[in-house]
Amino acid sequence: MCVLAHVLEDAGIATVVLASMRPVAERMSVPRVLYCEFPLGRPLGMPDNAQFQHGVLGAAFDLLNAPSGPVLVDYPEVVEAVETPLACALPPRYDPDIAPSIDEAQGLRAAYDRAVARRGTTEVGRAVDADGVAAALGDFERVAAGEHWKEVYGPRLDTIAIAHDIRAYYQEAALELAGGPPPGARQAEAWFYEETEAGKTLAAARDALTEQEAPSGITFYMQPVGR
Amino acid sequence: MSSDQVMRDMMANLPVPEFESTPWASPPPLSEATVAIVTSAGLHRADQERFEGRGDTSYRMLDRGDRELILGHWSSNFDRAAYVSDHNVVYPIDRLEELAVDGTIGAVAPRHVAFAGNQPDTVSEVRLDTGPAAAAELRADGVDVAILTPV
Repeated sequence: MCVLAHVLEDAGIATVVLASMRPVAERMSVPRVLYCEFPLGRPLGMPDNAQFQHGVLGAAFDLLNAPSGPVLVDYPEVVEAVETPLACALPPRYDPDIAPSIDEAQGLRAAYDRAVARRGTTEVGRAVDADGVAAALGDFERVAAGEHWKEVYGPRLDTIAIAHDIRAYYQEAALELAGGPPPGARQAEAWFYEETEAGKTLAAARDALTEQEAPSGITFYMQPVGR
Repeated sequence: MSSDQVMRDMMANLPVPEFESTPWASPPPLSEATVAIVTSAGLHRADQERFEGRGDTSYRMLDRGDRELILGHWSSNFDRAAYVSDHNVVYPIDRLEELAVDGTIGAVAPRHVAFAGNQPDTVSEVRLDTGPAAAAELRADGVDVAILTPV
């Protein structure tokens, strides 16, 4: 973003960066920066809160009045992440003949479909679509149980994208089931990794891949730091 | 320590491209300015090519009326659920439309820009190639001001 600020200003477009990394912005001689201490992924701070978002935009536009730069201003309101899991019920065990994670994923399908119908789009589909989530979880179960990843996936390891799709499927279903205002940052993530069978399966598969010395860039980005 | 703080600490010490000076464009008064959003969230329409993994320096032009956009930035290290709840938390297009209606800004740009944030440390292709190309497209649309939103 800070590089693009330079490029755009050189082209005659005045910029304001809603920065989330203050030291990076400081070091890059960016013309106008509003540093927003919000959870990463939320440059405007609060979803479904037009008033808050207008507050941020207003502060950003105010920087255009500065006669010269660089200008770096801290937005006065801080938003903290919430680490307690989202309150969202999970489907009961239905088919004892399949892995708990797959059973669970299938039980969430109706909620996922409602979410997609309401929103008109989905984040699932980078590597697998909703129909492929159960099989993708099956592959992670095999890796978690000790099978070597090359046996499961062949030469190309695409587990960052697969893990993304599974998590997105769960989170979209969970937001639909929980209803109400959007949860705090990290609450859907905490729910997925701490409460669902799929989250536990992904974590176990990631640990197994690490033990098998799969490329570290892949295992690192399969799930958030600290999980 | 929160995951956000871990990421901020990691990023604080990464090498960054150095710039010897700060460019400075002087926009018209905001009430006369055409405003665009430039995001590094990797947003794209379903009918547009997806962003590849790390180091995809391409960009997508988003039409003013586009809404059902996919969050193409692939990192697992940010809150992805907020965008699912409300695209404006990353891409405040509805807020810009409101500001145009009430006269705070002159106009909403007809097109907006999405890059994907995960880039090599030098960012040289964005700096020399795709960045200027995107800027030229915005200038052709008469854009005076850009709000930059990272994830």
